[in-house]
Amino acid sequence: MSGRGRRITDEEINELISKLQSMLPESRRRNAGRVSASKLLKETCSYIKSLHREVDGLSDRLAGLMDTMDSNSPQAEIVRGLLRS
Amino acid sequence: MYRRSFKDTRSSLGSPNPNFSKPMVALRFLRALSLVRRSGLGACSPSYRARGIRRAAYACMAASAGPRRAWSRALLRKIRRRPGRGLRRPRAVIWRHRPVGGGDRLEVALRRLVPGGGCMEYCRLLEEAADYVKCLAMQVRLMQTIVDSASHV
Repeated sequence: MSGRGRRITDEEINELISKLQSMLPESRRRNAGRVSASKLLKETCSYIKSLHREVDGLSDRLAGLMDTMDSNSPQAEIVRGLLRS
Repeated sequence: MYRRSFKDTRSSLGSPNPNFSKPMVALRFLRALSLVRRSGLGACSPSYRARGIRRAAYACMAASAGPRRAWSRALLRKIRRRPGRGLRRPRAVIWRHRPVGGGDRLEVALRRLVPGGGCMEYCRLLEEAADYVKCLAMQVRLMQTIVDSASHV
């Protein structure tokens, strides 16, 4: 746990900011140098929101696919194969 | 003592959680999906089923990340809280500690998006956000793989 009351150095914040930057897809593509902290926060927020939307969309699709999956269908075989591996 | 705590943080940024490997997450999520199907949810409307699947996705993601992460603990607490109990809690109690230093609009927005991000230090928030983003992206890729393999047969 990080200590309370300890002053965080700029170096530590910079390290965490680069770590966060490396997680975002755009910065990986552009291979950008340092971006400003506010731009990074903005990109992180919009990326997290888009990931949440994708989870929602994929959950809807999976819910729809469950209708077509029954115990003997080839899709269920694939899922069983994934479980076995 | 404080120096050591940051070194632990630094090593935790790089070292992978042994429970969080892609096959383990996949296995956990597929089992959750089969539970959803076998439970009464399988007969419900697709939108209700989708909610159950989404809930399972976040629960599996958080369970695989383990209790080391503040976001996974907060997410599991939120999911396991039964509907109705949360509504009784007054909003003022939710943020037990104010974020240090007030924070600008973007920082507040990030705190709202990362589970458990309301009352942690800025440094910790960045670290948790990076890990949350990584795990979320992996969960999305996993779900996409399942959808692709289930619909292209």
